[in-house]
Amino acid sequence: MDGSKGFDDALTGEQKIRNFNINFGPQHPAAHGVLRMVLELDGEIVERADPHIGLLHRGTEKLMESRTYLQNLPYLDRLDYVAPMNQEHAWCLAIEKLTGVEVPRRGSLIRVLFSEIGRVLNHLLNVTTQAMDVGALTPPLWGFEEREKLMIFYERACGARLHANYFRPGGVHQDLPEALLDDIIEWAEHFPNVLDDIDGLLTENRIFKQRNCDIGVISEEEILDWGYSGVMVRGSGLAWDLRRAQPYECYDEFDFQIPVGKNGDCYDRYLVRMEEMRQSTSIILQAIEKLRAPEGQGDVLARGKLTPPKRSEMKTSMEGLIHHFKLYTEGFKVPEGEVYAAVEAPKGEFGVYMVADGSNKPYRAKLRAPGFLHLQSMDHVAKGHQLADVAAIIGTMDIVFGEIDR
Amino acid sequence: MSEALNELGTIIATKRPDCVLGWDVAYDELNIDVAPANIKGFVEFLKTDPNCKFSTLVDLSGVDYPERAKRFDVVYHFLSMYQNQRIRLRVSVREDEMVPSIVDIHPSANWFERETFDMYGILFSGHPDLRRLLTDYGFRGHPLRKDFPTTGYTEVRYDEELKRVVYEPVSLVQEYRQFDFMSPWEGAQYVLPGDEKQEEAAK
Repeated sequence: MDGSKGFDDALTGEQKIRNFNINFGPQHPAAHGVLRMVLELDGEIVERADPHIGLLHRGTEKLMESRTYLQNLPYLDRLDYVAPMNQEHAWCLAIEKLTGVEVPRRGSLIRVLFSEIGRVLNHLLNVTTQAMDVGALTPPLWGFEEREKLMIFYERACGARLHANYFRPGGVHQDLPEALLDDIIEWAEHFPNVLDDIDGLLTENRIFKQRNCDIGVISEEEILDWGYSGVMVRGSGLAWDLRRAQPYECYDEFDFQIPVGKNGDCYDRYLVRMEEMRQSTSIILQAIEKLRAPEGQGDVLARGKLTPPKRSEMKTSMEGLIHHFKLYTEGFKVPEGEVYAAVEAPKGEFGVYMVADGSNKPYRAKLRAPGFLHLQSMDHVAKGHQLADVAAIIGTMDIVFGEIDR
Repeated sequence: MSEALNELGTIIATKRPDCVLGWDVAYDELNIDVAPANIKGFVEFLKTDPNCKFSTLVDLSGVDYPERAKRFDVVYHFLSMYQNQRIRLRVSVREDEMVPSIVDIHPSANWFERETFDMYGILFSGHPDLRRLLTDYGFRGHPLRKDFPTTGYTEVRYDEELKRVVYEPVSLVQEYRQFDFMSPWEGAQYVLPGDEKQEEAAK
C-alpha cells in the first residue's frame, strides 16, 4: 500500500483525469471584441487554443463587388475601427496604382498627418487596454482622454469622429482649416507629457512587468512562419517597417526612428508601441511644418476623372455639373488589372488586393488584415502559458475584430 | 524597380521552367502563373532560394471567374523581408480540382486556406483541419462565388415563443436594390426605353 503499484484499481471511469475545456468568450472583456476561443486546459496551463472567429463577419468583400469604388471607401473605416483612416489609405493607394493618379503634395502630407494620428489612436487604445487586461484601471482612463481629443481632430477634418471617409482616390476630401493645425500642434506639444505619465504608471510597475515579461516570446523563425507584421516583428528586434522599407506617400522625406525590442515578449512590444507614439508625434509636427511651407500649399485633390470638380466650377460650368453627377452615380472606371497595395497600419501590414475588370466596380477585393495572421498563431503562442496569460497575449497581438472578420 | 523584378522573373523562370507557366511584370508587381500540381515545390523553392527568400506569406485568396473552364484562381502573395521584394503566384483550378495545401511550408497558410475553402469551396489537399472559418456554424454554400446572391438564402431572428434564434428563408420586404449606373451608351445590358419601337418599325 505504498503506492508503488499506482492507484489504478481505486479509480472508476468517472474519476479519470481529463483536460478541462473552457470557452473564452464570445463575451469576455479581455477578448477585445467577439472572440470565442475554445481552450483546453491542463490545470491552469493552456494545452490547445482554438479561436472561432467570424462572429462579426459582415461580408465586406462580397458587398464591395456590387458597389462602386467610391461607395466602397466607407467600408474600410469599419474594418479596424480603432484607426480608420489607415485602412482607407490602402484602398486609395490601390486605386491610384491602377489608374496612375499622382496625389498633390498637400493631399499627401495631410494623409501622412492623419495616418500618424491614427497610429497614436491605435497604440493609445492598445497599450492602455492591455494594461487593463492585466489589472490596471487608470491607464485606459488617461489614454481615452487623449483619444477623445484626437477624435475631435478627426471630426474637425471630415465631420465624423470615427468613420471618417476622408481619404479619397487622388487625395483627401477637403482641405484642413488653419485653426485645426494650430490645435494639433498644441496637442502634439503637450502629448509627450501624457505619455510620460502613462510611462510612469506602467513601465516600472511590478505587476505589469510580472504579467508581461517573458510572455508570448516571438523569435525570428516564428515571425516568418506565421507571417507577422508591424509591432509583432519589431518587438523581436527586426527593424521592418513598410514606411521605411517600401516607402509610400511621402514618408521618405520624414525623419523618424524605428524602435525595436530585444526579447520579443509582450513587455518589449509595449515599449515599442510607447516609442512609436513618440515618433508619430514628431512626424505629426513635421507634417504640419511642411503643410505650412510654401511647397505645401495648393490643392488637396488631383483634379480629374477620379475626383469631383471644385464647387465653384460646378456652379458655373455645365460640364462640371455633369462630371459631378456622373462621378457620384456611375462612379469612375478603373483600368483592368490586379494590384496589391499595402500600408504600415498601426497593427501591421494592411493590404488591399484588388482585381479590376475595367468597370466602375471592383471585380474582387481582398482585404489583408494583420490581426488575422496574428490571431491564427494563438494556438502556437499560447500553448504552455497560463490561462491568465492568454489575455495578455491577445492584448499584445492587437486584435480588433472588425478587421479579422471583415 | 521593375527592372529588378524583370531580372528576378527571368531567374525564377530559368531555374524552375517546369513550374512557371508564364510570368509578367504589371504595375510594378511580379506575377507568376503556376500549375496546381507544382505549387508546393515551387513555394518551397521560393522560400529557400537565396535569390528569392520569399519567406513570408502575405496573403492567400481566391478569385471566381464563372465563365472560364478553370473557374477559380488561387492567388498567393509572398514577401521577402531580406530582398525587400514581393511576388504574386496565380494557380488556376477547375471547380472539381484540389490544390495542394502549403501549410507544411508556411503554417500561416492555415487560416487563409480555410477561408478560401469557406468562401469559394476550393479544396486544399493535405490541409490538417479544413473547417469553415468565417461563416456561421452549419452554413451552406460559398458566399464569395459570383453565383451566390449578396442577400444569402437564410436569415436569422430571435423567436420570442421558442426562446431561441431561428433560421428562416430570406424574405425581403423590398427587392434588393441593385442600381445600374453604367452609362446607357456603354455598359447597359437592358433594352433602353424607346428602343423596342425601333424593332417594331423594322417589321
